[in-house]
Amino acid sequence: MSDVASQLTTADGRPLKAALASAQARAKRRAFFLVLPLLLFILITFAIPIGQMLQRSVYNDQFSKSTPALSEWFAANPKGTAPDETAYAALASDLLLMKETRAAGDAGTRINYVVSGTRSMFTKAARGADKLEPPYMETFLDLDKDWNDPRIWNAMRSAASPWTLDFYTIAFDMERDGDGKLTKVDPNQRVYFRLYIKTFFLAGVITAICLLLAFPIAHLLATLPMAKANLLMILVLLPFWTSLLVRTTSWIVLLQGQGVVNDILVALGIIGDDGRLQMIYNQTGTIIAMVHILLPFMVLPLYSVMRVIPESYTRAARSLGATSWTTFRRIYLPQTIPGIGAGVLLVFILAVGYYITPALVGGADGQLFSNMVQFHMTKANWSMAAALATMLLVGVLVLYWLYDRLIGIDKLKLG
Amino acid sequence: MALPTYASQLERTWHFIYLVICTLVFVFLIAPILVIVPLSFNAEPYFTYTDKMLSFDPEGYSLRWYDSLLTTGMQAHEAVRDAAWWSDLWHNADWVKAAKNSVIIGFWATILSTVLGTLAALGLARPEMPWRRTIMAILISPMIVPIIIVATGMFFFYSNPCAIVGMDCGRLTSTYTGVIMAHAALGIPFVIITVTATMSGFDQSLIRAAASLGANPRRTFFKVVMPLILPGVISGGLFAFVASFDEVVAVLFIAGPDQQTIPREMWSGIREQISPAILAVATILVIISISLLTTVELLRRRSERLRGVSPR
Repeated sequence: MSDVASQLTTADGRPLKAALASAQARAKRRAFFLVLPLLLFILITFAIPIGQMLQRSVYNDQFSKSTPALSEWFAANPKGTAPDETAYAALASDLLLMKETRAAGDAGTRINYVVSGTRSMFTKAARGADKLEPPYMETFLDLDKDWNDPRIWNAMRSAASPWTLDFYTIAFDMERDGDGKLTKVDPNQRVYFRLYIKTFFLAGVITAICLLLAFPIAHLLATLPMAKANLLMILVLLPFWTSLLVRTTSWIVLLQGQGVVNDILVALGIIGDDGRLQMIYNQTGTIIAMVHILLPFMVLPLYSVMRVIPESYTRAARSLGATSWTTFRRIYLPQTIPGIGAGVLLVFILAVGYYITPALVGGADGQLFSNMVQFHMTKANWSMAAALATMLLVGVLVLYWLYDRLIGIDKLKLG
Repeated sequence: MALPTYASQLERTWHFIYLVICTLVFVFLIAPILVIVPLSFNAEPYFTYTDKMLSFDPEGYSLRWYDSLLTTGMQAHEAVRDAAWWSDLWHNADWVKAAKNSVIIGFWATILSTVLGTLAALGLARPEMPWRRTIMAILISPMIVPIIIVATGMFFFYSNPCAIVGMDCGRLTSTYTGVIMAHAALGIPFVIITVTATMSGFDQSLIRAAASLGANPRRTFFKVVMPLILPGVISGGLFAFVASFDEVVAVLFIAGPDQQTIPREMWSGIREQISPAILAVATILVIISISLLTTVELLRRRSERLRGVSPR
């Protein structure tokens, strides 16, 4: 067969195989060139900015840029060496540099991230840097007895190189003790990783509620005659098209203390006027508003799967003697699994990264992980924000990969 | 859907409960959007229905919040409403400025993402497209990646975009270009999804038919392909526009005081001191979304009719 193929030639005498291959390569190139402009655009406006930001989670030169002498000492002495007089001398010369470049606050902040309460030690020492005199060790200990704390020296050793994993250590609620070993921080200080877990948990709760609410109405829409279904579909699509901020505002109006829902409950005598429910600016508010906002993303994929399930299957099951419950459980439900999978994954992915709604109606306990990223952005702690963002991104991308694997990106539909 | 005649009493009861549940979910979906509309006409600065409103007393209603929308930020809003007043309104009123910004940014972002997105969707629809799945995943990712990550990344990058090649070419933050680029990137997934969905129903043999009848590729595109996919392209563009029109986080990070959009104004309105003026904006936005939804729905039907896949 291949012999025959290799003998065939085109009209101008080229082997057919080669001609075909080059034609196909040309077609491939042409298709790719259509996509190329957009790919470049996304790369520049979207992918590179994110990549660059993620780099900040492992790169921070706040401390290292003003500590040439200390960096040298750390390079010359292996980990675990107790700081000697030369180390303190190096520290003194670096503090002098910090005083000149006004970088002590910056550098102190960098150490403060790892060992809290140390920023003022640096600013104080740098202020009087020109009066530091040998023997340096005693001078420093006179300033503050904490200067020989091994945790500070470990932190400085780590921060003396701009490449660091310190921020991930913090993000996983860990710290290094005096010997440099990783330990968990006090339970009441475990903020980040705990919030990470809580975010995934809340996203799960929201997804579950969405599924429970979406399933019956998707079923109704799928089984009604087309004209009626299209009409009811508007009730799903209108929220989908309405501004997120509008919908969040509505929930504030509805749920707040003097809001519509509380007024109705008081008017009906279900609660007293002094017993108004606190339903907004807390976790409840976040859940209610997010369920409302994400519900269409669950209804639409469910609906598109349910619509093509032939009704004859359930009728056949009934005629063979199955009860309606058995028919639902054994015949109908299994056929809706692709829709459930698509809706659940999509809603979960969107919920995990949610920012706007929790920020506006979340109050103190309804904040999600995105809000923590933003918190560190406003505190100008870029590296911490980047480390948290990376954690969030990794979680979302794993789910996204799963979505592509199980459902396929090209199955994503809007309305 | 009707119950079969052989349904038992239990099934009838269950069916009734099921309909009640469905109704409640529909109410849950739509009530929050409708509730704010009458409240935006409240004569009092409250967020709940006053007794006068409930008894349909005309005194309970007013247009004061709509009026305040127009006049906030004006230099002399109490002056006579002559040409100078209108010019003051056009140039100084906060919400008018925000609306202008939203439209300008939304328009250019939509143009950018629709043109690039449609080209890419044409390429993705070709059977010989290499690495389709990966490219598709990359192009959809702006919709999936949490907005806060996108916005922080853009904040750093746009403050000095040339830093990656070690140069300094000014900043894109606090410029229209920066916000438009950010919004275009965020709108692209919507264009890709909508246009590839339209292309999937597109009969590729029509292109060959046009070619065999002597049309060159350009003529084929404008006379055969374009009219057929146009409804999809327009709805994709509308999606992209809405995405930009509703976007607040990237604006918070990238935009300067000159690029404040409607969502940005709403954001600070909700955060700082929520006044019924917000509800007036919200009502206007609901009306806009109703008209956009109608347009997209009509376009979808037209597209299905053109492609001959109408369910009817």
